[in-house]
Amino acid sequence: MSSGTTRGLSDSLTQERIVLALSVALFAAFGLFAPGFLTASNTLSLIQNVAILGLLGIGMSVTIIGRGIDLSIVAIMAISVAWSLSLFESGMGVAPAILLGFAFALLIGVINGVLIAYVEIPAIFTTLAMGTVVYGFGQYFLVPIDVTYVNESIGWIHQIGAGRTLGIPNSVISLAVIAALGFFALRSTIFGRYLYAMGDNPASARVAGVPTRPLIVAKYVLSALVAFVAGVVMAMSVDSMNTRIVNSTIVYDVILVAVIGGISLSGGKGGILNVLVGTLLIGILLNGMTILNMPYTAQNIVKGLILLFAIVADSIFNPRDEQTSQQGDI
Amino acid sequence: MRWSSFLKVAVAVAALAAPVAGAVAAEFDDGQINVTRDTLKGKRVGFVPISMGFDLPQVWYEGLRRDAERYGYEIVTRDANWNVQAGAQAINQLIGEQVDVLIVHPLEMQAYAKLIDKANAAGIPVIQINLKSLNTGDAYVGANWHSIFVQTGEEILKRCGKDAGGNGKVALVQGVLTTPGSQIGRQALADFFAEHPDLSIVADQAADWDATKAKAVASTILKQNPDLCGFIGFWEVQDMGIAAAIKEAGLQGKVALVTSGGGEQKSACDNVANGNFTVNVSYDARGQARDLGTVVTTLLQNKPQTPGSHPIGVYSHNKVITADNVNAGVCWSLDDVKKYGP
Repeated sequence: MSSGTTRGLSDSLTQERIVLALSVALFAAFGLFAPGFLTASNTLSLIQNVAILGLLGIGMSVTIIGRGIDLSIVAIMAISVAWSLSLFESGMGVAPAILLGFAFALLIGVINGVLIAYVEIPAIFTTLAMGTVVYGFGQYFLVPIDVTYVNESIGWIHQIGAGRTLGIPNSVISLAVIAALGFFALRSTIFGRYLYAMGDNPASARVAGVPTRPLIVAKYVLSALVAFVAGVVMAMSVDSMNTRIVNSTIVYDVILVAVIGGISLSGGKGGILNVLVGTLLIGILLNGMTILNMPYTAQNIVKGLILLFAIVADSIFNPRDEQTSQQGDI
Repeated sequence: MRWSSFLKVAVAVAALAAPVAGAVAAEFDDGQINVTRDTLKGKRVGFVPISMGFDLPQVWYEGLRRDAERYGYEIVTRDANWNVQAGAQAINQLIGEQVDVLIVHPLEMQAYAKLIDKANAAGIPVIQINLKSLNTGDAYVGANWHSIFVQTGEEILKRCGKDAGGNGKVALVQGVLTTPGSQIGRQALADFFAEHPDLSIVADQAADWDATKAKAVASTILKQNPDLCGFIGFWEVQDMGIAAAIKEAGLQGKVALVTSGGGEQKSACDNVANGNFTVNVSYDARGQARDLGTVVTTLLQNKPQTPGSHPIGVYSHNKVITADNVNAGVCWSLDDVKKYGP
């Protein structure tokens, strides 16, 4: 989304392009120095390893573009899918078990949306609290144990996250399908147009006749459902779902892949391509450093430095102006 | 019925019932049981596990629960939920409440060390379960991590060493680096590999006990080392991710995966039976549950005069689970332990 200014430099050097250039540079560097990096199968595996991050990033960016945030996305993913799996484990059929988990995610999305849109609690507080509520409720009532195992007896749904189709890992295909749906929804539907309008300026969007409250509910429902899909892909790809992931820092990684790709936290800017570029950068980094067998702690330093560099580059090429610096009340 | 015969029957019933009623009132005194009951009754045992959400603390708790019911002591569980600060706070609180015995399950080697001394100084005996700080307190009940990982090394040697016709290329996937089991295990493996030059470590990465991260790391390692002979994982829950990566690369049965865990049916035996794991070295958490119960009743009945002055170690047996013995009852299930005890 171009901001419409006529400054040539900042138009051609959007954050998305900077990050893409950085990714290409890293890709080339690892290709030169990390033996075995530059093969088709490694490239696919590189994308596969960040497919979950990419999926969650897509859900997250829908909320961010509409000027919000969903910090409960990881809790929704873990608990709804773990509940489905434990229902299946206790003898329920696959379809009803999956449907119940899906309905749970949907319900949490609706509650998030209603609290934010109608009760007017800021999104950051609502979803922060909701994440804790969902995790606590899930641990106490729905999922008896941290790790719920699953195996191929679960049937066709196993294929969503495991196995390959025409040589491409199915989790990558799942990411591509959700990305395409997201791309279509944001670019070519009224929902998408309204979402950008609302993210850019909620007050004027409302005056112009955009139904902002239902729209807010819709975007949290959407992010909850994407979270459920991401959870299914994750569970099927490692044959288990560990609800302890809620305690990890993955939600920051999710926000980072969105923000690093150029989706502005103040809303109204960016799209699916930005998420994919951000995800790709993280994927290349992780894969290359593992191939170079860098120690774990050193990997964290490099990851942090590269992210910092990308943010600094963005603030140089896209300086904050009077308008954007006042936006930030997510 | 006439009154006289009713009375006769009533007297006869009363005469028959009398010894039974007497038996309920006073248990046969074997010279110990009454003392044991009186000593244990009303005692409070503090339990601070890393989390109650996985099989190990659950089976330990079951072991304690049955004793607590028999003898009338109380278990006060404070779940640290994978958070060192929350665990430290819980321990401090239990010290303040003056529990009679404190059981801690430390996530790190250093974090609880001072708190264990503090509890001892307050007169509370401390047991550490399965993971251990550098100081012991009064008892350590759990795995001998060194021997678990030497065993792990031996299992990999059997499959990847020169004698087995393997190329010796092994990859390690550790957990959280500061967890006692991970630290001691890595040291044990370093020593083992130094003694066996036909084995070499081609990759050494960490995955934070997270199966998804382990899968990403393992699949990259497999791409990089197409002739890899085997993986050593550090915990079965995390190593499900390594298994998934091996399966996805179509290398199940070709690349060995040696892991370790508590020996629960679903996580250990089922995953060896279906080929996810080649070997699972179990530290038998069910046996640990029984050991823990015994040490708790011992410390409650025979409280050390100066807690922390004479620590003891109760190290669990290692059980090597392979496809050959997977159906021989080597694993345990939580449901069975709940029904029949540890």
